[in-house]
Amino acid sequence: MTEETSRKTRPETLTVGIAGSRLTTTQREVPANDPPPLPPNSDLHVVGKRVPRIDGARIVTGAARYTADIRLPGMLYARMITSPHPHARIASIDTAAAAACPGVRAVHVLDRYEKDPIVRYAGQPVAAVAAVSQAAADEAARLVRIAWEPLPFVVDVESARAADAPLVYPPNPDDKVPRKGNVRGPVKRGPRGKPAGDALDALANSPVVVDHTYRTQVQTHATLETHGVVADWQPGSAIVYASTQATVAFRDELAEVFGIPKARIRIITEYMGGGFGSKLGMGPYGVLALHLSKKAGRPVRLMLDRREEQRCTGNRPSSVQHLRLGATRDGKLTAIHLSSYGTGGVGGGAGSAGPAQNMYDCPNVETEEADVFTHAGPSAAMRAPGHPQGCFALEQSIDAVAEKLGIDPLRLRDLNDSNAARREERRIGAEMIGWSARHKPGADKGTIRRGIGAAQSIWYRFVRLDSACEVRLDREGSVEIVSAVQDIGTGIRTVLAQVVAEELGIDPRGVIVRIGDTSFPAGPSSGGSLTTGSITPPARNAAHGVRTQLLEVAAPLLKADPAHLDLREGRVVVKSDPSRSISLREAAAKIGPDQIAVRARRSEDYGTPPLPPGQTSGMGLEIYGGVQFAQVAVDTGTGAIKVERVVAVHDCARPMNPLTIESQIKGGIIQGISYALFEDRTLDANAGLMVNPNLEMYKIAGSRETPVIDVHLLEEYIGRTSTDAGGIGEPATIPTAAAVANAVHNALGVRMLELPMTPDRVLSALRTVRS
Amino acid sequence: MDRFEYVSATTVAEALAQLGEGRQVKAGGIDLLDRMKEGLSSPKRIVNIRTISELDGVEIDASGLTIGPTTTLATVAAHEPLRDSYRAIADAARAAATPQIRNVATAGGNLLQRPRCWYFRERDFDCLRKGGQGCFAQDGANRYHAIFGNDLCAMVHPSDLAVPLTAFDAVLDLTSAKGTRKVPISTFYVGPETDPTRETDLHRDELLTAIRVPAPPPGTRSAYFKQKEKESADWPLAGVAVALQISSGVVQRASVVLGAVAATPWRSKPAEAALTGRAIDEAAARRAAAAAVADAKPLAWNGYKVAVLETIIRRTILEAAS
Ligand SMILES: Cc1cc2nc3c(=O)[nH]c(=O)nc-3n(C[C@H](O)[C@H](O)[C@H](O)COP(=O)(O)OP(=O)(O)OC[C@H]3O[C@@H](n4cnc5c(N)ncnc54)[C@H](O)[C@@H]3O)c2cc1C
Repeated sequence: MTEETSRKTRPETLTVGIAGSRLTTTQREVPANDPPPLPPNSDLHVVGKRVPRIDGARIVTGAARYTADIRLPGMLYARMITSPHPHARIASIDTAAAAACPGVRAVHVLDRYEKDPIVRYAGQPVAAVAAVSQAAADEAARLVRIAWEPLPFVVDVESARAADAPLVYPPNPDDKVPRKGNVRGPVKRGPRGKPAGDALDALANSPVVVDHTYRTQVQTHATLETHGVVADWQPGSAIVYASTQATVAFRDELAEVFGIPKARIRIITEYMGGGFGSKLGMGPYGVLALHLSKKAGRPVRLMLDRREEQRCTGNRPSSVQHLRLGATRDGKLTAIHLSSYGTGGVGGGAGSAGPAQNMYDCPNVETEEADVFTHAGPSAAMRAPGHPQGCFALEQSIDAVAEKLGIDPLRLRDLNDSNAARREERRIGAEMIGWSARHKPGADKGTIRRGIGAAQSIWYRFVRLDSACEVRLDREGSVEIVSAVQDIGTGIRTVLAQVVAEELGIDPRGVIVRIGDTSFPAGPSSGGSLTTGSITPPARNAAHGVRTQLLEVAAPLLKADPAHLDLREGRVVVKSDPSRSISLREAAAKIGPDQIAVRARRSEDYGTPPLPPGQTSGMGLEIYGGVQFAQVAVDTGTGAIKVERVVAVHDCARPMNPLTIESQIKGGIIQGISYALFEDRTLDANAGLMVNPNLEMYKIAGSRETPVIDVHLLEEYIGRTSTDAGGIGEPATIPTAAAVANAVHNALGVRMLELPMTPDRVLSALRTVRS
Repeated sequence: MDRFEYVSATTVAEALAQLGEGRQVKAGGIDLLDRMKEGLSSPKRIVNIRTISELDGVEIDASGLTIGPTTTLATVAAHEPLRDSYRAIADAARAAATPQIRNVATAGGNLLQRPRCWYFRERDFDCLRKGGQGCFAQDGANRYHAIFGNDLCAMVHPSDLAVPLTAFDAVLDLTSAKGTRKVPISTFYVGPETDPTRETDLHRDELLTAIRVPAPPPGTRSAYFKQKEKESADWPLAGVAVALQISSGVVQRASVVLGAVAATPWRSKPAEAALTGRAIDEAAARRAAAAAVADAKPLAWNGYKVAVLETIIRRTILEAAS
């Protein structure tokens, strides 16, 4: 087994630019052990092709095993005990009756309550019981007696900002970001860091100013598979089947909490039913399940029910964004100033300034973001944290500047956004949707009014060096790739098979992909749209290593120099004389004692300053993004918005598999429409309780809310890794709500400043234009 | 969910013998099981009536329409002869829930389902309907709540089917060991002022055994429309059933019943009066719709429902007459 870790480099010529528009080459230093650059997709056989998911049949026939499907011998079932109060002190906990219940094998109370006996939101996990059946666990959970002393609470973001509001957290002088009452911050920032120029001064001197306040709601992740684990404690070690988007991070957290070596822990996630950012950690459920298993000496299954899922596993924070844009009369942005706050309940991360900071070229940019703590369920990273919110505001205000100046909104973007991909996306999308036939805002008159709007997204290139895999070829000719990386549902399993298949000249369906298991080489977390960009380069590097060794084995058999051999269609072929060939199987049979196995780790981005020593993750130079166009029909009698069509033009560096990418984009758009029109975590302010912790009254777009979606993918080469892959999951959902809002404005001539755009809000917006 | 026993009855008499304290009838079970899972109901014994063949089926003759209570919503929705003269009823069945639910849910169960108010369904709220102190919706999250008759309890009646059945003056057969009562649907549903812990006049020892709709006068046309927030699987923001008997171009008799706006299906006498004796045109429909909503009393967050309702009343009157 060899690990390629050399720091030596060699110069290479790499293709860069947009296929079909402008492709050029550039010279960059490439790690000496990296394979030669991959040519553009048009010259490849498997990568970049529409390869159906290799596990699709297993998933749709129910054969794929999700965490929720795991049943181990002797397995117990657990149920959590959660707080019914939004804020309370736990005076005492009596678990005796629960423990004595028939079938109960273990009860565990989270030890954090010994230090801090306070619950801060309704639904907060406190304890759990494990029993021989789910029914017995449910029954016992009701018998855990907790003496609560209810405390004053606040769940409404405006009330929570008041000086006399009940405090979520006691004052803490050590806070990194100063907090006053429940308000943390504001933190001032600008483009990729510090504020640029003087935004306030520039605003005061701008001939055109657009000044709006936007509001967005709290959205829950609502993953199809709820959070949960099957935890199997074994003395000094543990195996945990987890619905997680980060097997390695889960393992590391478990090691820390339970004080056992990482190497003694195995996390397994063969298939998982969605995370959207909410499954990056172990969570109190994971901790509870493993404690129960440790106490009972048996495996424990703890899957959350939908009510628990909606209340305690995470959410996208709300936002209130006061956004001011300044521009010159000829449409150049002079200032962007955003002042925002929002609540992620007991969690932070309510900022929304990413788009305002980084989307447009503007000399004066300042953002101030604050978190407001409330007695509500915790925030968690959710598909492009902050960006759909920020985009909803920024992209509407950009349109408003254009309208004020009488400039086409796409033209205004051309004037202020020098990104070549974005410019091309605007051009292509405009043609696809029929932008030139777009009428003036509010020009449509009937009962049903139609409109078209556009909005764009940006997202970042995250680099994770702790991404590794191993590719193996055994003497029977079986090809296998293994990595701890998990498939969150995006199809990375298929893409890995493609990369290996391309390198070894075989059918991707013939590649065995074993992933989602921490006993394999480390894989990255699936968050930040970085999975494909992180794990495909080492996959290719390892496969290339196998290829090199295989050709050396085959060379004597074909009496040729390895350099003159190629792998195609399952055969080793002499390039100059394809009639001379042997099958890959025949060649593999001659492999030394057992197999060829090559392990590789992701290299640094080519031509980019290396990450600081010791750091394994950072940001690349490129920005990904996309432009979406929505066509809506608004019923002015009922206020109902129907999204009829969305055109989405996106870039994600080299498209590895257009099918899986299109799935990501369509899913992003549907989730974006759902955010734009329906989803709304609703709390009763008097009781501090969620009233829609289900999928019935927490409304999510369904099949009939799904518009016609036309996707166009840019094929953009950036020359940064051996596969040159990027990411798509997040940019795909960022601009949708903003595009819908701009389309509604085009239909009605009125701006929707608040999400979701419900009939209620549409009808009141219409009243403002009528009067 | 607690432990329970399960028995299947094959005749009405068998089922009646099983009724009593701690017993719950199960038809499709969609509503009952939901409530059991949420901890709102814990029957000791469930009496399944899907196995009683005499309660299943649709019959139409000169005297009217009879829907057996265990007929599924899917069957009612797809019944062609029923659609001819009782279109609003078929449309309402088709508009309810999802295809999967309609294949299981029964007409009787739909009429007898418990409130869908989120305060009722969420176990941590001890509301008036559950024997508690008050209505949380009145000064709470009430965007989907009642705009009529909402001063004690602001729930809206959840059934789509009950709305056109009220417009068609349906009569329900309620059978106990003592015999069968025939109760007009208009008095079957009771408002919170009568008793906030129940929505109907069904007694504990009774089964709903038939839904009877008298044959409408010749020339009657009907329509049902339900405005939802989203098209897939959603409850109504407001619904309306209109039945019009028109002869010589003039409305002889009008029925306008509103759904999802009050604790019971809500007959709009003002709208009916505005239509009776007139020809139907845009102006007449508009006047009737305005009359229907004139005395609406929205709460803090559901004022928009008045406008939505007014729009769909106007449209449905025109649709019924077309
Ligand atoms: C996601 C979802 C969406 C929905 N959307 C809608 C909608 O849009 N519109 C709508 O109208 N409904 C909707 N429903 C409700 C659904 O239509 C009802 O729950 C269903 O019709 C109930 O019928 P059932 O046969 O399953 O009743 P069950 O659950 O079997 O019974 C309901 C109640 O009636 C009693 N009962 C039933 N039959 C009799 C009888 N013959 N005699 C005496 N008592 C009886 C039972 O004891 C029980 O209390 C929805 C439900 C869900 C889950």
